[in-house]
Amino acid sequence: MSVVGFLSQLLEIVIAIALAPLLSGWINQWRAWLQNRSAPSLWQPYRVLHKLFNKESVIADNASQLFRAAPYLVFGCMTLACAIVPTLSTDLPLAPAADAIALVGLFALARVFISLAAMDIGTAFGTMGARREMLIGFLAEPALLMVLFSASLISGSTSLTTIVDTLGHREFAIYPALAFAGVAFTMVSLAENARIPVDNPATHLELTMIHEALILEYSGRHLALLEWAASLKLFAYSCIGLALFFPWGVAQASAPLAMLFALPSLVLKLALGGFLLAGLETVNAKMRIFRVPEFLATSFLLAVIGLLTHLLLSPPR
Amino acid sequence: MSLLLTQFVNLLGAVLLMLAFAMISQRRIVSLIGLFTLQGATLVLATAVVGYVTGQPHLYLSAGLTFVLKVLLIPALLRRVVDRLDIRADVETLINIPTIMLIGILIVIFAFNLAKPISQLSSVVASGTLGIALACVLMAFLMMITRAKAVPQVVGFLAMENGLFFAATSATYGMPMVVELGIALDVLIGVLILGVFMFQIREQFDSLDIRHLEKLKDD
Repeated sequence: MSVVGFLSQLLEIVIAIALAPLLSGWINQWRAWLQNRSAPSLWQPYRVLHKLFNKESVIADNASQLFRAAPYLVFGCMTLACAIVPTLSTDLPLAPAADAIALVGLFALARVFISLAAMDIGTAFGTMGARREMLIGFLAEPALLMVLFSASLISGSTSLTTIVDTLGHREFAIYPALAFAGVAFTMVSLAENARIPVDNPATHLELTMIHEALILEYSGRHLALLEWAASLKLFAYSCIGLALFFPWGVAQASAPLAMLFALPSLVLKLALGGFLLAGLETVNAKMRIFRVPEFLATSFLLAVIGLLTHLLLSPPR
Repeated sequence: MSLLLTQFVNLLGAVLLMLAFAMISQRRIVSLIGLFTLQGATLVLATAVVGYVTGQPHLYLSAGLTFVLKVLLIPALLRRVVDRLDIRADVETLINIPTIMLIGILIVIFAFNLAKPISQLSSVVASGTLGIALACVLMAFLMMITRAKAVPQVVGFLAMENGLFFAATSATYGMPMVVELGIALDVLIGVLILGVFMFQIREQFDSLDIRHLEKLKDD
């Protein structure tokens, strides 16, 4: 493990943790503007986190240890996910710890714990939220795996750093398979991050909420950690999307100085992505929960067709 | 440059297939016509690019013909029919949509396997896209089978023609001009006649459900 690698890994984690609420604030701001509302400040998520960390955490009498541990576990999972997705450099000492498949497993681990914690108290809303989250999760995971496999087929490895290295630093070529994978990935990430066609992040209306129902019983620092983890998850998904489909500007192990250029390009790409996400959320209406399986099945099929097109169109070797 | 353009044609083929899937899962008629227009526009672009790569000027002509017919004229006609018949409700399908999508993916696998040995024999620029074109044709067939209403069936018929046209462009650099003109005219006349049919069906049965046509009058 080189010093440069260690430094770039550290920098990447710090930047992910620091920038994730900013990304959420940026998306909320654009959403408000596009919907003709006056927007909250860009720093609003930080203020909310600050407020929540200073509040007392009220926990139900019958809550078990699991309920207390879940926020830390979820936050840890999301931080690790952000650490292994190459955003600034591909020289990451933590990256061999988990490839693309383990990354999906990491998201699943967080999901299992947050769902168990939601059911732990025994309120109706928590259980309902957990069931819906599991419904979405089990449909979204295979689609996400297929998207990652499409990219792995092209680069010949399931390690995310290798994928970014191959896609970003070789001769420019158009891959039809990635077009399918891109559409599928957009659909999956909308579903996984509780975004509009599937779930509305701004609602507390009892019949429609999914993610908010899960964390309804939390307060104080636990809620702050969960909100932060949700921002980190969005950040991690955005970074996976950028790594797979727009990998240009990420520094390689041989050229650590390129990281000076990688940070502004990452911020620029995230800003653009956030704007597009806000636009996508504005033009779509939330769909019925029974339409969600159809939505996610479509994304799974698109990802599978992406794999097939790659096999059909790639020159025989 | 030529390699990149070939890859671009492949990408456009993939977009065509994606649009075929979008059409098959679309419930609203107006959006269906919009998707059909988009498919036509993709086809125009693909034909023009193949024409540029291979240096065959007659492909530009057929791209222009496709543009006028499938992007401007036929969608306008279909929109008019939908307006006049005042169809706004969602279309129900005979099988539910996730099942149709599953059948769709089987069709794609079948078409790709069928086309693989053929495209290995041929040496034209975009030979790999033959499988995609075949899949588009079969998907349009599937759409015609699974829809009960007349307008989506007509759209399915037109989408099938799109697929055939793409197959001809990618496999043999387009059909002879006479054939192409003939098909274009046929499609146009076909849509006109089907439009008249739709009005007649509506007049007879007060609905556009073509299952009414399966019964004899005296029953």
